[in-house]
Amino acid sequence: MDILYLLIPLGLVLLGIAVWAFMWAVKSGQFDDLEGPAHRILMDDDDPKIPQNKPDERLKDGPR
Amino acid sequence: MSKPQDSCYHCGLPVPEGSHYQLEILGQKRNMCCPGCKAVAQAIVDGGLSDFYKHRTENSATAKTTVPELLDELALYDRPELQRSFVISDEANIKQAALILEGIVCAACVWLNERHVGSLPGVLEFSVNYATHRALLRWDDSQIHLSDILREIAAIGYIAHPFDSGRQEQLYKKERAMALRRLAVAGFGAMQVMMLAVGLYAGEHYGMAENMKQFFRWVSLFIAIPVVLYSARTFFSGAWGDLKRRRLGMDVPVALAIGSAFAASLYATVSHSGEVYFDSVTMFTFFLLAGRFLEMGARQRAGQAAEELVKLLPAMATRLTNSGEEVVPVGELAHGDQLRIKPGDGIPADGRIIAGQSSVDESLLTGESLPIAKSVGDTVTAGTVNVESPLDIEVEKLGEETVLASIRRLLDRALSEKPAIALVADRVAGWFVGGLLLVAMLVAAYWYFHAPAQAFWIVLSVLVVTCPCALSLATPAAMTAATGSLTRLGVLTTRGHALETLAQVSHMLFDKTGTLTSGRLSLTEVRPLGELDRKGCLRIAAALEQASEHPVARLLAQQVVAPPRASELVATPGQGIEGTVEGLRYRIGRSGYALTGSGYALEASSGFSHAVLATSEGRPLAEFLFSDVIRPEAKASMQQLQQAGIELQILSGDQPQVVAQVARELGITAWQAGLSPADKLAAIKQLQQGQAVVGMVGDGVNDAPVLAGAEVSVAMGSGTQLAQASADMVLLSGQLTHLAKAVMVARKARAIVRQNLAWAILYNLVALPLAAAGFIAPWMAAIGMSTSSLIVVVNALRLSR
Repeated sequence: MDILYLLIPLGLVLLGIAVWAFMWAVKSGQFDDLEGPAHRILMDDDDPKIPQNKPDERLKDGPR
Repeated sequence: MSKPQDSCYHCGLPVPEGSHYQLEILGQKRNMCCPGCKAVAQAIVDGGLSDFYKHRTENSATAKTTVPELLDELALYDRPELQRSFVISDEANIKQAALILEGIVCAACVWLNERHVGSLPGVLEFSVNYATHRALLRWDDSQIHLSDILREIAAIGYIAHPFDSGRQEQLYKKERAMALRRLAVAGFGAMQVMMLAVGLYAGEHYGMAENMKQFFRWVSLFIAIPVVLYSARTFFSGAWGDLKRRRLGMDVPVALAIGSAFAASLYATVSHSGEVYFDSVTMFTFFLLAGRFLEMGARQRAGQAAEELVKLLPAMATRLTNSGEEVVPVGELAHGDQLRIKPGDGIPADGRIIAGQSSVDESLLTGESLPIAKSVGDTVTAGTVNVESPLDIEVEKLGEETVLASIRRLLDRALSEKPAIALVADRVAGWFVGGLLLVAMLVAAYWYFHAPAQAFWIVLSVLVVTCPCALSLATPAAMTAATGSLTRLGVLTTRGHALETLAQVSHMLFDKTGTLTSGRLSLTEVRPLGELDRKGCLRIAAALEQASEHPVARLLAQQVVAPPRASELVATPGQGIEGTVEGLRYRIGRSGYALTGSGYALEASSGFSHAVLATSEGRPLAEFLFSDVIRPEAKASMQQLQQAGIELQILSGDQPQVVAQVARELGITAWQAGLSPADKLAAIKQLQQGQAVVGMVGDGVNDAPVLAGAEVSVAMGSGTQLAQASADMVLLSGQLTHLAKAVMVARKARAIVRQNLAWAILYNLVALPLAAAGFIAPWMAAIGMSTSSLIVVVNALRLSR
């Protein structure tokens, strides 16, 4: 079980990195708006670039 | 290919008959209700952003036709002396400002704004916070001006108000970031320590090398140090504050439990003896911090309402000087300045009218939907809007002295106050802690004389096992979960005691206007009185009212599409309008005004707002009746409340006929009409003497004292800020059905609090004697304490489903 003397301190290092990453996220404002991003991901910015969604072709298809 | 729709594609309002505002969006012809909505939709489609209509989940706000003057006014925002108050300049030309965005109803609005504004050349950053409706804007002043950006936002149908973010926003942000960091340290720490603790517990059972055990303890100690010193510091400083004021609050037992358990574990680790409780310490800290974090979120959201008040004040004012008019920022006004206020403009300061006659819309302060007539000598309040004709006022009070500012202070204070019931809970906790310490001392004294070697560990297990964790978590955990699920429904709880009291409410009283009804006038009846038929009367009325800003006039003007042109209009503020339509002269307005010079008189129509159309000789042609429509969901909500065993009553300042009508339609048998706020308060007091727990739902400033008098008060989200400030809960969604839902959730929360308290007390009653007798090993105490806390939290979480 001596391996634990290495693994647990290693775990502590990982813990430190996790805490640091979280602090960084708080500082960079990622927790300022907890509702918006959940919706934002559903909005497709690239929608008009998908061939069948091109505005002019959509008119030919008529309403769906 | 397009079916005629009866509601506007953009804002959802009914489209007037024969409207010709149409636009092709997403491959279909869509009807619009007005040129404003069409212009906005056009701007959105032209920008290639028509996907907005696919993604949005709510109708947009009705767009106002953008008046050129209004757009010119935006140019004033470019003036450096005005920008000084809200713009930060980073580098030479890079500027930054915070905006409040009006009109955001769903996430798609955020997308639309960010895409549209972000694509303008010169805009470096534009991010909208969906939760707070605030936006952060950074732009290059050498490429684009602030006014251009504000104009672009107006073009897609939103209104942006620059505001000084320094005051509260920064504070909130700091508070939030701090709480999150504390929570994170406690959370990560608790997870790690718990993992090691499982190892230690297993070791206790199966045997474990002494070296390894010590190693585990030292690592746990190492992780627990930041949790106790950093995360739990709020509890220690809170407890210290309580002690300095010589009282025992809830922070005292919490600090005591964390402090003593940590100190004992530290001693045990260093001295290689006894037991460690690092797992309990960290987990308990984490749970409590999580509860406080959610509570803080709800409080901040309510607090932002106060910030919104700034948008009521205009940024610029027109000052009258010897040489004429000049436009100055409101911040530069002084007492005694004379200002000219154009129709449609907001009033920037409290003052007295020195010239002119007009009506002033005070709905934002009083909730009164109709403007109030004002003339020379009357006072006007900052934040209200001049409706009809120009007014000259002399400034009497500015900035922080205004009524508006005092309302904001009230709001701030109301939010920072601790509710009475929470104080009672604190006092009970105080007694509990006092009793606990006494018992611990007795136990210590007993064991000191009988078995001194064991005394320390037994006393410690007494302290740990009876740690009021479950007890102190019981109420907040349930309240937090309930508050969270209500907030998602759009019911904001601004006071701690609101839910507890709401669960006990036996009588629910309603204000009528703006609460049971929508607070907006609509045309309910047209009574032709002369030779002209209904349609003809409406045509003439609409023609006469085209140019007027009065709400009744706006309603009449919207009834007819493309009415004939009226000429030679003469308006008498507060009374009515006279004008020529198709060669004939007509008057429209109050019956006294329209019928002057003739023998006709109309009997006062029962409490309705009305307007009379007459010929210039005063011969009546038609009477228009307006009333407030009942909210569509009101009836179902009233039934739900009645089924929940709550007695309903209407207390209204309105006329008896109108109130009786509304009561009948909603199935409410008890109602009182014609009440002043003092009468309403008396009615509440009378009910309260009969052992009733009274809930009051209202919306206006005149309701504020009444709301404060009831045990629990609910304000409508559409109501005035003052009403919201004095209320315990705010129905942000404006849906009365959510009120019934809130009562249900409150009752369920009360049941869960009782279960939790019963469990916590039972646990303490069983554990305390066992610990005092020395039967409980400290590690059992630690597990017992953790599980009892966990059970309480899990039970509370049932509420959030």
